[in-house]
Amino acid sequence: MSSLNFNLQEMMTVAASRMLAADDVCFVGIGLPSAAANLARLTHAENIKLIYESGTLDTKPKTLPLSIGDGELSDTALSVISVPEMFRYWLQGGKIRTGFLGAAQVDRFANINTTVIGPYDAPKVRLPGAGGAPLIASHCQRVLITLRHSKRAFVEQLDFITSVGFYEGGNSREELGLRGQGPVMVITDLGILEPDPISRELVLTHLHPGVSVEQVITATGWPLKIDADLKTTPAPTAEELYLLRELNARTQEAYAPDGLST
Amino acid sequence: MTTIKTLKEAIALYVKPGMTVALEGFTHLIPNAAGLEIIRQGIKNLTLVRMTPDLIYDQMIGMGCADRMIFSWGGNPGVGSLHRFRDAYENATPHKLTIEEHDHAAMANAYTAGAAGLPLAVFDGYNGTSYADHNANIRSITCPFTGKELTAIPALRPDVGIIHAQRADRDGNVWLDGISGVQKETVLASTHTIVTVEEIVDHVSEDQGGCVIPNWVIDAVCETPYGAFPSYASGYYERNNSFYMQWDEISRDYDRFLHWMQTFVLETKDFSEYLEKLREAKYV
Repeated sequence: MSSLNFNLQEMMTVAASRMLAADDVCFVGIGLPSAAANLARLTHAENIKLIYESGTLDTKPKTLPLSIGDGELSDTALSVISVPEMFRYWLQGGKIRTGFLGAAQVDRFANINTTVIGPYDAPKVRLPGAGGAPLIASHCQRVLITLRHSKRAFVEQLDFITSVGFYEGGNSREELGLRGQGPVMVITDLGILEPDPISRELVLTHLHPGVSVEQVITATGWPLKIDADLKTTPAPTAEELYLLRELNARTQEAYAPDGLST
Repeated sequence: MTTIKTLKEAIALYVKPGMTVALEGFTHLIPNAAGLEIIRQGIKNLTLVRMTPDLIYDQMIGMGCADRMIFSWGGNPGVGSLHRFRDAYENATPHKLTIEEHDHAAMANAYTAGAAGLPLAVFDGYNGTSYADHNANIRSITCPFTGKELTAIPALRPDVGIIHAQRADRDGNVWLDGISGVQKETVLASTHTIVTVEEIVDHVSEDQGGCVIPNWVIDAVCETPYGAFPSYASGYYERNNSFYMQWDEISRDYDRFLHWMQTFVLETKDFSEYLEKLREAKYV
């Protein structure tokens, strides 16, 4: 890896950013999705519409928000609406093309857990819970998921399904009556996984530069299927890296210790 | 009709042990001062409702104010876990906390139903998730026109709804601007409402944008500058990200948390004295 001029976290963000269309309408989760979606806006998708669940429609933050409702999001938004309007009209009403989610855990059918690890009433780890993710996962036209690859994150069995991907595989998502295509891609720091068209099980389709298949298999908690036509993700371009690092630097500066302004 | 009161008077008048209380504000305009005043007055056995419980509910839970919490995302935004919430839920410290868990869509719909005077909220959600396995209030209902199966949950009708806003006029009409979350629904769904504001002015209007909530649905307005700190009030002050980060350390250990709350909250008479003490101790 030392010969590469980028790290895998950067590769993940860049790879995820490329999956957004130039004219996408994207509902953005906080954290990794937010970094990727804003990088897309700074690179190939200048006119992308970014939406955050706090009620900000078509927002253009200069720095990455720490929380889902930072002032930077509302100050740079085309419109700010209430949270009930966001969930009832825009999400449930089917007005969003791409839902972009992070996750604590996923299973082989790209179902997501962000609620609890261990039994619900006696948890090993109590996680924050859903926020808006379940309706984003069930009502956007397509879903992208991004998270770091590890055995703790890619698990055989979820203790809680917070947001539904392909449920039990095959046609089971459609049979539940969920809208849209579901998760079309899971982008990690090791590679990219995509659902098999029939079984809907996630298959490794891309390896990031410098990563081995064994590394990905070791970091996955189920016997991972590898695409026969496994590709290497194109490395970040100089421009992508420059813009991502600038965005991160601006964000870090904005979070420098602050005081009560008077 | 609204009366202008001190926050101390308003909390003492409307918030009683055992009530269901919602303090709303979605990242922006979180009524932190009101939550701390409930702690100061030692009001217990509350059912706390909030879509995004963060620092203020962590403080209230850690100080033993809550028996039950209805919520859809509980964390320290951008930082990590709520240590006092987790300690109460996982280890019953200081006592057992039960939860009723939802997602944002459900909570937003439940407040809207409460505001609209309906007994239930109907929406298209939760299919295939594990929520209904752990929450008996998530049921199913069949559309009488199409036969489609939909999700039903009870409306939220808090005994007291509390929000923070930028301004009110002397008659108690309230004006708020920026991210408005579910604040208007909370006011309209609750039996009694308290609104803390940055300042009381002669006149509020929607000429410059924002939203006015008329005074006949508000019981008490309390002038409380910086009352949303460490969250923010658009046009007045920014979110204090550093305090959210510091809270992670302050709250991690229960004894340190108790000592901190004693020093900064219980030993100060009101929110302005609390802020002054935080400044002296270089927390802000």
